[in-house]
Amino acid sequence: MNVTMLGGCVKRSDGALWKSGRPARAVSGHEPVEKDFRRELPYWLVLLWSDKDRAVGLTTAVAQATTVEGVTVIATESLSKRFPRVTALDRLSLDIGPGVTGLVGANGAGKSTMIKILLGLSPATEGTAQVLGMDVRTHGAEIRERVGYMPEHDCLPPDVSATEFVVHMARMSGLPATAARERTADTLRHVGLYEERYRPMGGYSTGMKQRVKLAQALVHDPKLVLLDEPTNGLDPVGRDEMLGLIRRVWTDFGISVLVTSHLLGELERTCDHVVVIDGGSLLRSSSTSDFTRTTTTLAVEVTDSDVHTDGTAALRAALTAAGVTLHAGVEEGLPGAGHILLLEAAGEETYDLVRDTVADLGLGLVRMEQRRHHIAEVFRPEASQHEEVPAR
Amino acid sequence: MSTQIPQPSQAAPDTTRIHNIGYRSYDGPRLGRAYARRSLFSQSLRGAYGLGRSAKSKVLPMLLSGVMCVPALIIVAVAVVTKQSKLSIEYTQYAIFLQVVIGIYLASQAPQSVSRDLRFRTVPLYFSRPIERADYVLAKFGAMASALFLLTAVPLVILWVGSLLAKMDFGTQTQMFGQGLVSVALLSLLFGGVGLVMAALTPRRGFGVAAVIGALTISYGAVSTLQGIAYGTDNLGAISWLGLFSPITLIDGVQTAFLGAPSSFPGGEGPGAGVGAVYLLVVLALVAGSYGILMRRYRKVGL
Repeated sequence: MNVTMLGGCVKRSDGALWKSGRPARAVSGHEPVEKDFRRELPYWLVLLWSDKDRAVGLTTAVAQATTVEGVTVIATESLSKRFPRVTALDRLSLDIGPGVTGLVGANGAGKSTMIKILLGLSPATEGTAQVLGMDVRTHGAEIRERVGYMPEHDCLPPDVSATEFVVHMARMSGLPATAARERTADTLRHVGLYEERYRPMGGYSTGMKQRVKLAQALVHDPKLVLLDEPTNGLDPVGRDEMLGLIRRVWTDFGISVLVTSHLLGELERTCDHVVVIDGGSLLRSSSTSDFTRTTTTLAVEVTDSDVHTDGTAALRAALTAAGVTLHAGVEEGLPGAGHILLLEAAGEETYDLVRDTVADLGLGLVRMEQRRHHIAEVFRPEASQHEEVPAR
Repeated sequence: MSTQIPQPSQAAPDTTRIHNIGYRSYDGPRLGRAYARRSLFSQSLRGAYGLGRSAKSKVLPMLLSGVMCVPALIIVAVAVVTKQSKLSIEYTQYAIFLQVVIGIYLASQAPQSVSRDLRFRTVPLYFSRPIERADYVLAKFGAMASALFLLTAVPLVILWVGSLLAKMDFGTQTQMFGQGLVSVALLSLLFGGVGLVMAALTPRRGFGVAAVIGALTISYGAVSTLQGIAYGTDNLGAISWLGLFSPITLIDGVQTAFLGAPSSFPGGEGPGAGVGAVYLLVVLALVAGSYGILMRRYRKVGL
C-alpha cells in the first residue's frame, strides 16, 4: 500500500510556534480504487472485518499528506477572566495550531476556566478568543457543534450501556438517529470497547469509563477535542493506552487535541506542542521538540571484564583521552546510574569511536542510545545545564 | 475462520488485504440545537414511562398508568351496561379523585428525569454541546408535563369514548371532555414544574422522591384541614382563599371558576370568577416560577 507520510512540523522563524496541516482524509491519486471500495462497503461488512483485527488495532496506515497552512485552531488575544476575588486568566495570548497540544498548569492555574471560555459557556472579562476561526462570544453553538469535550470528573450514569449513552450524546450533538448509531459503533470500537459496550456502565473499570468519556467527545467527529485530565485515576498500563489513544486521535483521526495535565512526562509523549500557564498567564509556549529536542547526548553502558574490573571507568578514561566530551549528573539517583556514561556525540564518527574503543578494551557493549531532554528540565533550569566533568 | 479477507476483484492488485477500515469521518448533516432539544424531549418523555430504560424501571410508570385507567374503564362499563344518561364522575373531577396516583407517579419520575443528570454529573456533557440551558430546561419541563398529560388525559379519553358508546349526548359530553382536557393540561404544567423544581434541588434521588411527595401531600393535608376547620367554624369566606396554598386545590379552584366543575372544597364553597382569576394567576405564576428556578439552578451546575 502506498502511503504518503510527510513531516508534520514546521517551525516558524522565531522557532516558538509551528503549524501543520490536518492529515488529508481523502487520498488523491495514490490509491483511489481502494478508497472507493471502502466507501462502498456495506456497514455491517465493514464492522465484521474490522472487528477481527481488534488486537492489532488500527493497522491501515491512514495516509497523511501534510501541507503547510496558516491554520489556527485556537487563538486568544489578551484573554482575561476575573472573578470578584480571583483572576483566573490574565491577558493570555495564545496561538495554537493543529495537532496535539498540551495545556500544563498547576491546579487553579486557569485550565478549566480556559476550557469554559473556549466552549463559549463563560464570557471573558476582556480580550477575544477564537476556536476554529469562530468567535466564542458570537458563535458558541457552532463551536460546540464541532468541538468535543471530555470532562475531568465522572459523568456516566451507571444504569445505561455505553452504546445507549453515546448514541444519546451523538444526537445531542445534532447527528440524525441512524448516523448517531453508526458513529457510536465506530467510535466505541476505535477507543477499544467491544462486547462490553452493551453492558451497563456501572460495572466498568476506570479505564473503560475513560474510554467511554473519550468516545462521547469524539462521536460527532469534531475538529477539535478538549480533554481535561484524561489520565486521571488510571494505572500505568491504562495511562499508556490512553496516551496512545490520544496520540491516535490526531495521527489517525485527524482531530486536533487540547489536553490538560499536570504531569509533564505524559504530555512529552503525546503532544506536538506544549503551553504552560501559571496563575492565569502564559509561562511558555513552544513545540515539544523544542522542549525535548533530540540532543546529541549518547548514553553508553558497558560490562566489566577481567582486565578492566571497572569497565565504565576504563571507557571513560579512554574516551576522554580520545577527546570526547563527557556529561555527568543527569542520571544520578537512578538505579544503575553509575554504570551509564553520558557523552556528547559530535557526529557519526563518535558512534564509531565508541564502538572501536569498547572493542579495543575488550568490554561488552550493553547499550548505546540517544537521550532526549525531558520537559521537566525546563522547569529545573539548573538540571538542564549539564556539568562538564573534568577527566579523571 | 481466517482473519484475512480475500481481496474483492475491483481492488487494486497491490492492496491484497484490508485489515481495518481506519477512521471514517462524518460528512452528514448536523441538525443543530432545535433537533437536539427535540431529541432530549423525546428521550425524557420515553424515559418517564421507562421506555429505553431497564425492565425494572418500566414497572412503576406502567403500573400507575394502568391504575389511572382502571376506574375509568369500570365507570364506562357500568354506564354502558346500565344505559346511564350521565357518567358517574365528571371529567374534571377524575384527576382530583386520583390525585394520589398522580402524586406517586410524579414523585417517582421527576427525580429520575433530572436528579440522575445532576448526580452523575452528566449535565456538563449537555452544555458542551449545541443545546443551551434554556433548551435543557424546556425539554425536561416539556417532557415531564407531557408525561403527566398522557397519564391524566388517557382516562378522560376512555370516559369520553365510553360516553359515546353509551349513546350519551355528543355535544355535552364533548364540551365537558374538552374542559377536562384543559384542566389536566394545567395540572400537568403545574405538577411538572413543582416536581422538577423539588427534584432538581437535590442530586439524591431518594430525597427528590420524598420532597415531591412532601410538597404535594403536606400542602394538601394542611389546606384541607384548615378548610375543614374554617367550614366547621362557619368561616366560609376563608375556604376559597385557603385553597391557594396547595397545587391540587389550586387546580380545583380554577376549574370550579372557569371550567364548570363542581368544587370538592368543603361545602362546595369553590371560588367565584373573581377569586378564580387569582387562582389562575397563581397557577401561571407558579409554572413560570418553576421555569425560572430551574434556569437558576442549572446556571450553577453547568460545567
